[in-house]
Amino acid sequence: MKFTLSWLKHHLDTDASVTEIADALTDLGLEVEGIENPAERLANFTIGYVQSAEKHPDADKLRVCQVDTKDGPTQIICGAPNARAGITVVIAAPGTYVPGIDTTIGVGKIRGIESYGMMCSEREMELSDEHDGIIELPSGEVGQSFTDWLALHDPAKVDPVIEIAITPNRPDALGVRGVARDLAARGLGTLKPLTVDPVPASFVADLKVSIDDDTLDVAPFFCGRLIRGVKNGPSPAWLQQQLRAIGLRPISFLVDVTNWFTYDLNRPLHVFDADKVTGNIRVHRAKGGETLTALDDKTYTLQPGQMVISDDNGPESIAGIMGGLDTGCTMDTVNVFVESAYWDPIQIAHTGRALKINSDARYRFERGVDPAFTPEGLEHAVRMISDHAGGAVSELIKAGQVPDTSRAYRLDAKRVISLVGMDIPEATQRQTLCALGFRLDGNMAHVPSWRPDVQGEADLVEEVARIASLTKLQGKPLPRSAPGVPKPILTPGQVRQQVAKRTAAALGYNECVTYSFVDAQAARLFGGGDDATMLENPISSEMSHMRPNLLPGLLRAAARNQARGFMDMALFEVGAGFHGGEPGEQHMLISGVLIGRTGPKDVHGTSRPVDLYDAKADAEAVLAAIGAPAKVQILRGAEGWWHPGRHGKICLGPKKVLAVFGELHPKVLQEMDIKGAAVAFTIWPDEVPLPRSKTATRPALAATDLQAVERDFAFVVDAEVEALTLVNAAAGADKALIADVRVFDEFIGGSLGAGKKSLAVTVRLQPTEATLKDTDIEAVSAKIVDKVTKATGGVLRG
Amino acid sequence: MDELRSKYLNMIADAADEASIEDLRVQSLGKKGEISMKMRELGKMSPEERQVAGPALNALKDEINSALAAKKAALADAALDARLRTEWLDVSLPGRARRRGTIHPISQVTEEVTAIFADMGFAVAEGPQIESDWYNFDALNIPGHHPARAEMDTFYTHRAPGDDRPPHVLRTHTSPVQIRSMETTGAPTRIICPGRVYRADYDQTHTPMFHQVEGLAIDKDISMANLKWVLEEFVKAYFEVDHVDIRFRASHFPFTEPSAEVDIRCSWEGGTLKVGEGDDWLEILGSGMVHPKVLQAAGVDPTQWQGFAFGMGIDRIAMLKYGIPDLRAFFDSDLRWLRHYGFAALDVPTLHGGLSR
Repeated sequence: MKFTLSWLKHHLDTDASVTEIADALTDLGLEVEGIENPAERLANFTIGYVQSAEKHPDADKLRVCQVDTKDGPTQIICGAPNARAGITVVIAAPGTYVPGIDTTIGVGKIRGIESYGMMCSEREMELSDEHDGIIELPSGEVGQSFTDWLALHDPAKVDPVIEIAITPNRPDALGVRGVARDLAARGLGTLKPLTVDPVPASFVADLKVSIDDDTLDVAPFFCGRLIRGVKNGPSPAWLQQQLRAIGLRPISFLVDVTNWFTYDLNRPLHVFDADKVTGNIRVHRAKGGETLTALDDKTYTLQPGQMVISDDNGPESIAGIMGGLDTGCTMDTVNVFVESAYWDPIQIAHTGRALKINSDARYRFERGVDPAFTPEGLEHAVRMISDHAGGAVSELIKAGQVPDTSRAYRLDAKRVISLVGMDIPEATQRQTLCALGFRLDGNMAHVPSWRPDVQGEADLVEEVARIASLTKLQGKPLPRSAPGVPKPILTPGQVRQQVAKRTAAALGYNECVTYSFVDAQAARLFGGGDDATMLENPISSEMSHMRPNLLPGLLRAAARNQARGFMDMALFEVGAGFHGGEPGEQHMLISGVLIGRTGPKDVHGTSRPVDLYDAKADAEAVLAAIGAPAKVQILRGAEGWWHPGRHGKICLGPKKVLAVFGELHPKVLQEMDIKGAAVAFTIWPDEVPLPRSKTATRPALAATDLQAVERDFAFVVDAEVEALTLVNAAAGADKALIADVRVFDEFIGGSLGAGKKSLAVTVRLQPTEATLKDTDIEAVSAKIVDKVTKATGGVLRG
Repeated sequence: MDELRSKYLNMIADAADEASIEDLRVQSLGKKGEISMKMRELGKMSPEERQVAGPALNALKDEINSALAAKKAALADAALDARLRTEWLDVSLPGRARRRGTIHPISQVTEEVTAIFADMGFAVAEGPQIESDWYNFDALNIPGHHPARAEMDTFYTHRAPGDDRPPHVLRTHTSPVQIRSMETTGAPTRIICPGRVYRADYDQTHTPMFHQVEGLAIDKDISMANLKWVLEEFVKAYFEVDHVDIRFRASHFPFTEPSAEVDIRCSWEGGTLKVGEGDDWLEILGSGMVHPKVLQAAGVDPTQWQGFAFGMGIDRIAMLKYGIPDLRAFFDSDLRWLRHYGFAALDVPTLHGGLSR
């Protein structure tokens, strides 16, 4: 919303400066987005008086002028035809920037004669397009600032333009008068009275207006007056100037009047060329399929239920949004029908959105114009047209009733103080509301018709608070809800997320935050991509589906890094995957991806390609950090994006999967544009059981002084026997005595023959009663061999 | 006796290796050693003679023993020195490489914000990212026709043919979490709701996904003045400055009334943000007193309870504090960016240790 200072002063009697007004507007909730002050650009131009003007000896069209300026008598060469002795002119002294020619004036020689400045035309100062000659001022003192002179004699030329942002709740501030009212309530001046002297009717028009019964709910009131014999043409200069100042193009007087009232009083109007209207006017809902060429020269096809204004020929205007081209006013219009109506905001919003029309009228009607002002607004426009363009005015033609929006809410002064936390006396509160147009009846505040946003007591609080100024609000400490040291506030799940992140980072992974949506192909590769998780209006096909888990996003990120030349990486993310499209169909995940080598090749020879045992170790470390039990099962049979033989599920029972680790399927990697192999892990932190006891106390440490003994065993087993089976069997041989069983060697094939392998384990025996004797060790060794043989079919290697 | 002493001490001093030391020991103090033989002769002496020769011999024996041990240790030291002289490594070679992981600024800043608000008694609430339009809009006093709905560039989820419910949305703010939380816990309550939010917009300063943290405090007598204090305290703590001016400007949000945009005083001298000084104002958040209709929608009686809510962008305050220029890079996972703007695993922000290092 733009307006000029002088336009504002048309409604507000004030001496406040532009800065004071701008600060107040921002504080009131009408945020100033910009101020354009033409006086600033012209600040250096001063007034001079031409003493003499002689023809340039070497140029017919140039004159050598002697000019009195702020710097004393000055010689200036000028090419303007009107440059002559005895005129008062505007001088750009050397050093002055002249906006219209984008040049800073210097001292120069023109055809051999020195010139100390420039006498300017209006166009050179961007005041108008006038360039027939230099400005001749009717008055002005030598040396006087030109902008000061303009402010006194032609204030519109130095009129600051203020642009403010209007929040959706303030349609009233979409008119200059509404802005003025807010400023007056703040105490920055007095709101001038708004009166109109309606033009007396001189005839009764034949034109009739009707509103269909099924349309009255959305088009409750329509009125207009016919003016015969107007003389349309360009608008008067002041009107053109004001429209231009706010960025509107003057079209013709009749059209300009409607635009001006749209901005001045937030009262959109429409003018029909009455000679192009056939028969009567009818407001109704479209059947659907009707077409109409609007004033923007575009043809629109109406949808069923949309509001239209028709004559006997069919639709002529999209009600409240845009008029039709056929019945629009032109310079030749002599008989005009001026329309003022009230349209339902929701209906306008739906139609405007459906037809994709953004007009000033739609913008205002969908936010809500003042319904009660509908007939009065018409009278303002008719008065202006009649005064300027003449014509005979008909009786009021109307249909329907101005809707009753009267309502009142209780002003609870104490509640206002309690909510805002500012001591605003009751009298001030009442005064504020009155200044904004509320009528107070006891404690009941009757809402003015131009404030559709005020719908309850809370809105009264807001009005009082913003006029009182929230800038002045002083902070007051908010006491702790309970005294003393604050209690922990994170849930166990939240703690787990933090711990998981910091553990993964400590393991050398870089945390990523990738988009929650991925492309359909990537989603499908990882078990998602169905319609339930699809977006209706994705921003691009790369972001069409909610991610089923974190791997597609991480792999896409990895591919981008590979493309940048980074081949070794460890990435992780903690976030939600989506298994459905309903609220809550999301689950927390922790995923890490390892690609390339453990590090760059190095002098110590420690760098090697990453493999699934890296992923497994990292998954176990993160699981341990978030409190998962150490005793788990490793099962196979995870989803298809894992390498079928090279992955494992870390489980507490077949249905309780805490994590999956392993190599990713080569085909999936290929489709995700990953070069080389990749290993990964995924953890479901919410599957990890919560600790049973809440105590921080640890069990006492049981450390015996008796010496532990380690013994190694190697077994030859079938190649598909899993090491964990062997380890568990060995450990089960004597649960009291065996403290630990570790695999330290795996050897496949060779002299063992095909399908066989050797697994070597170290068993640590920790006695608790007495030092082990050789016989004890032999006894437990025999049991170990026995158990392992039974469990795996293996034999002790000789 | 003196002769014997000097003879052996000289020989020990001249010994070249451990073997000659052992030879000398046998030769002097061995069973048949010279000094041992002399000791045996003591028995044949008269008591007077013995009284003189005995202690002298014993002293000699001790002295030779010590000399042998000292020489042995000196030889071992010399041998070790000689070995160590050959054991030279190029210490300028790099140590064994270790990967250095990082925490994303979003996680770090979320923890910072959490630490500050936890101290003021705010818990952390979370909720679904796919929301019903009731929780995302209606419950927050944004009815179907409200212009704010269109202005929010909402993402909608697909509806199967025949499913006539209004489409779900990707939450456009974390406010629905406030509703869900109040439904569960009622009043009084103090929570912050950090998390991902979505709006269909993409340019240098907008990404279709970003992060918000909203706060909510409901009690019997919480006022907008309390809100201002909480935000002042937050801004000071977060930006780690002693003083900051914050400015409330009247504004409008459907879910609060009165509403205020909040600016902080800052300077942009030399292109870097300094909070708490200068003449510029930086808009960092929106806030207000919770609208009675919102309380009602969440099952809290607005005649009994009142309070404030606020919301700000986590990504945005991360950019401001840590000088990160481009929002889009947050979600690109460029390793160079992650390493440059990321935080060390053990840089856990705390109030007692400081939020940043």
